[in-house]
Amino acid sequence: MDTKTKLELQKIAVRIRKGVIEGTGHAKSGHPGGSLSIADIVAYLYFHEMNVDPKNPKWPDRDRFVLSKGHTAPALYASLALKGFFPWEHIATLRQPDSILQGHPSMKYTPGVDMSTGSLGQGISAAVGMALGAKLQGKAFRVYAPLGDGEIEEGQVWEAAMLAGNRKLDNLVAIVDWNNLQIDGSLDEVNSPCPIDKKFEAFGWNVITIDGHDFDQIDAAFAAAKACKGKPTCIIAKTIKGKGVSFMEDKCEWHGSAPNAEQYEQAMAELDAALAGLEA
Amino acid sequence: MADVIKCATRDAYGNALKALGQRDDILVLDADLAKATKTGVFKKEFPDKFIDCGIAECNMMGVAAGLASTGYTVFASSFAMFSAGRAFEQVRNSIAYPNLNVKIGATHAGISVGEDGASHQCCEDIALMRVVPNMTIINPADDVEAYQAVLAAADHDGPVYMRFGRLAVPRVNAEDYKFELGKGVTLRDGSDVTIVATGLLVSEALEAAEALKADGIDARVINIHTIKPIDRDLLIKAAEETGAIVTAEEHSVIGGLGGAVCEVLSEACPVPVLRLGVEDTFGRSGPAVKLLHLFGLDAAHIAEKAKKAVALKK
Repeated sequence: MDTKTKLELQKIAVRIRKGVIEGTGHAKSGHPGGSLSIADIVAYLYFHEMNVDPKNPKWPDRDRFVLSKGHTAPALYASLALKGFFPWEHIATLRQPDSILQGHPSMKYTPGVDMSTGSLGQGISAAVGMALGAKLQGKAFRVYAPLGDGEIEEGQVWEAAMLAGNRKLDNLVAIVDWNNLQIDGSLDEVNSPCPIDKKFEAFGWNVITIDGHDFDQIDAAFAAAKACKGKPTCIIAKTIKGKGVSFMEDKCEWHGSAPNAEQYEQAMAELDAALAGLEA
Repeated sequence: MADVIKCATRDAYGNALKALGQRDDILVLDADLAKATKTGVFKKEFPDKFIDCGIAECNMMGVAAGLASTGYTVFASSFAMFSAGRAFEQVRNSIAYPNLNVKIGATHAGISVGEDGASHQCCEDIALMRVVPNMTIINPADDVEAYQAVLAAADHDGPVYMRFGRLAVPRVNAEDYKFELGKGVTLRDGSDVTIVATGLLVSEALEAAEALKADGIDARVINIHTIKPIDRDLLIKAAEETGAIVTAEEHSVIGGLGGAVCEVLSEACPVPVLRLGVEDTFGRSGPAVKLLHLFGLDAAHIAEKAKKAVALKK
C-alpha cells in the first residue's frame, strides 16, 4: 500500500474514533472499547475495499457490510457519516429516541446499514445468506462481516461457518476482532474460543492472522481473501480494545461504558493530537 | 355420507411451493427435514433453488434473512418446535425486526404430531409468534386453504409464519374456495353461540355445531385461518349477534387463538368466551387421533363448551 493511501486511511480511522467518543460521550452509554479496536478495519473497508454508493444505499450490486458485533455500531455510524450516507451531525444523537442511530445497527432507521444486528452470532448467518444470494444471482458483490472474539462463543457462529465452508462462499470475509477482552474479563477468564484459526480452518475457511491496526497487513489480508477461490476467508485481526485512547486501551471496563465529561475531553485531545500528527 | 377427502396441510405446503417454483424470486430452505416438511417436493423440481442448511435452524433463519435482503422471497422450513421455538430469537431479530421477506413454513405443529411425543409437539408456537411485531400468522384448516395460504404468503410483503400439521385432516373447503389473508370465514350461520376455530379443529367445530342442533342450540362456526392480524370486525359482529363465544385450537389455551379472541372482545364487546385447546400441559406419545380425543380436542368437547357458553349468557 502506498504511503499516501495509508496516511489517508490512518486519518479516517482517527476520525472514526473521534465519532465513537462523540457518540458514546453524548449518549452517556454505548460500547467504545470494541468500536475503537475495529476502527482501522472499518476505515479500510469503507474507504478502500468496498464498492458502495452513499447516494444509493440500497444499490443491489453493492458490497455488503454486516456488523455481526453490532454493539460496536458507533464505529460503523462514524464511517457511514464520513462516507456521506448521512450528515455528521447525527453522530451526537446516538441512542436518543428521535435519532436515526440506534444502540445497535438497524436497517429500518439508518441509511447504509445492510443488516440489523446486535444479538451476537446472528449477523454472520445473514452475511452467509447474502453471500449465497450473490452466488445464486451470479453477482460479483462481496460480503464483509466483523465478529467479536467473545461473540464467536455463540454456537450459531459455527453453524454459519459450517454452511459457508461447505458452500465454498469465497465472496464472504469474516473478520474476528481479536482484542482478547469480553464483558466479564479476558477470553481465558470467561470461556476462550481459542485457537480461533484452527477452528475456522477445520470448518473449511481460508484463515489469515494479522495485526488489525497495521494497514499494510490489513491491505494484504483483504487482497489475499479476494484471491482465494473456493473458500470463505476469516481474517483474525489482533487488536487492542480501546485503541487510540490511552486510558481505554486493553481495559475490559471500557467494553460497555461511556466516557464522562472529563474523560471525553481527554480522549478527544488525544485523538486530535493524533490527527494533527498525521496531518503535519 | 359421502367420502370425506383427507389430506395433511403439510402436503399442500409442498405442492404450493412446487407451483411457486416457477417464480425467479423463490428460494426454499430446510434443516434436514425436507421429507417430513414436504419441501422435498419442491427440491425434486427445483434443486438449484433449494438449500439444505442442515440441522441448524437458528442459522437457517439468519441465512433466510440474508437471502431475503438480496431480493429473494425465502421459504424457511422446519417443525414448529424448532422454527418458532428453537429459532425464536433469530426469527424476531433477524427476520421480523428488519421486516424481511421470509416465510416460515412450520410443520408438525400441535399434539397431532402423535407418537414422537411432547418434545416435538409444539403447542406454544402461535403464542410465541403472535407477540412478534411485523409477523403475520396463518393456521390453515385443510389442504385447500393451506395451498392458497402459501401462495398468499408469497405475495405478502414481510414475514409470515405458516402453521401446518402432520396428520391428514378432513377437507372443509370447496375446490372453488378463495383464501383472503386476514379475513375470517363464516362456515355456518347461527344465532345462539359462535364457535371460532382454527386449523384441524375447524372440521370438528362444524361437527359440533351439527350435534348442538339436538340440544336446540343454533351455533355459528367461524374459521380463523389468519390469527394475526385477526379479523376483529367478524369477531365483534359474532359477539354482538350471538352473545357467547367458544374458541377451539390445537394449541395451548394460553396465548393462541383463544387469547387473541379474548383480547379483541374484552375491549370491544365483552361476552362470555370459553377457550378450548391444550390445557397448560405438555403432550405425550400416541396415535394422533387418540391424542386429540385424550386432550379434549374434538367435536364432543367443543359441543360441551358451547353449551356452557350458552348457559353463561345473561
